Amino acid sequence: MRAIVYIRLKTEVLDPQGQAIESALKNLGENTINNIRQGKLIEMDIQANNKKEAEEKIEKITKSLLANTVIEEYSIEIS
Amino acid sequence: MNVTIIRFPGTNCDLDTANAVKKVLGIEPKVISCKEDKIPKSDLIIIPGGFSYGDYLRSGAIAAREPIMDDLELRGNEGVYIIGICNGFQILTERKLLPGSLLKNNSLKFISKNVELKIERNDTFFTSKYKTNEIVNIPIAHHDGNFFADQDTLDSIEDNNQVALRYLKPINGSQNNIAGLYNKDLNILGLMPHPERAVDIKTGTNDGSRIFESALNFYST
Repeated sequence: MRAIVYIRLKTEVLDPQGQAIESALKNLGENTINNIRQGKLIEMDIQANNKKEAEEKIEKITKSLLANTVIEEYSIEIS
Repeated sequence: MNVTIIRFPGTNCDLDTANAVKKVLGIEPKVISCKEDKIPKSDLIIIPGGFSYGDYLRSGAIAAREPIMDDLELRGNEGVYIIGICNGFQILTERKLLPGSLLKNNSLKFISKNVELKIERNDTFFTSKYKTNEIVNIPIAHHDGNFFADQDTLDSIEDNNQVALRYLKPINGSQNNIAGLYNKDLNILGLMPHPERAVDIKTGTNDGSRIFESALNFYST
């Protein structure tokens, strides 16, 4: 199975990188795009007996390492 | 007094920190690799600055989960004194030994300069040689020093007087201008400024040396 973990800064956390990207787009003349937030995506293969087991494992490693829940939120996709 | 400095791959302030300990305290610290099984018996453990594991994932994230950090956490819980400087501070927050987190500077710039800081209290192991509210001048050199905690955590940090140092002026976006923090038991200090780079007036300021002197003061009195 393939798992994808999406990690985003919580909405209350300022994202200066997103702001810098937005300002670069404005410089390129893109004025219809606003509120850019930059996150990250981590994907991996996982061996598990079923989807539920895979989800539980990914949730565990995301909480323990991949995301810092003080500042970040995450979502998991398994296929 | 036994001082141990832990070095991770990518740590680059270990020698400066060892030199500062030697110069100020007149004792030879042990510099150990994070791959050692155990931390030797120590009165003070220092996690120096640098870019452990290349700041991959998040600053300090990988180092915080090294097996040796289990031992560090145990020592911290036993009351051993621990300082995390710069990347060391990031590692301690990632390990949840200190609250909050250190985000990218709001300017997105790496900031390397001397800054003015206020010592919040002088009744701790690390600050007895300073005066409360004293203004000191110590260099910072970081990209991720923007302190963030949710409102409840921030309130509890302030209510428990856990702030060690504040920037005199906003510099990197840190909430409440926090530059350094204690844990609740006051035996763990994390700070973004580099006291080890401020122990000789030849470098412009020696205001950092009293952090080390305060520690020695504690053990000699």
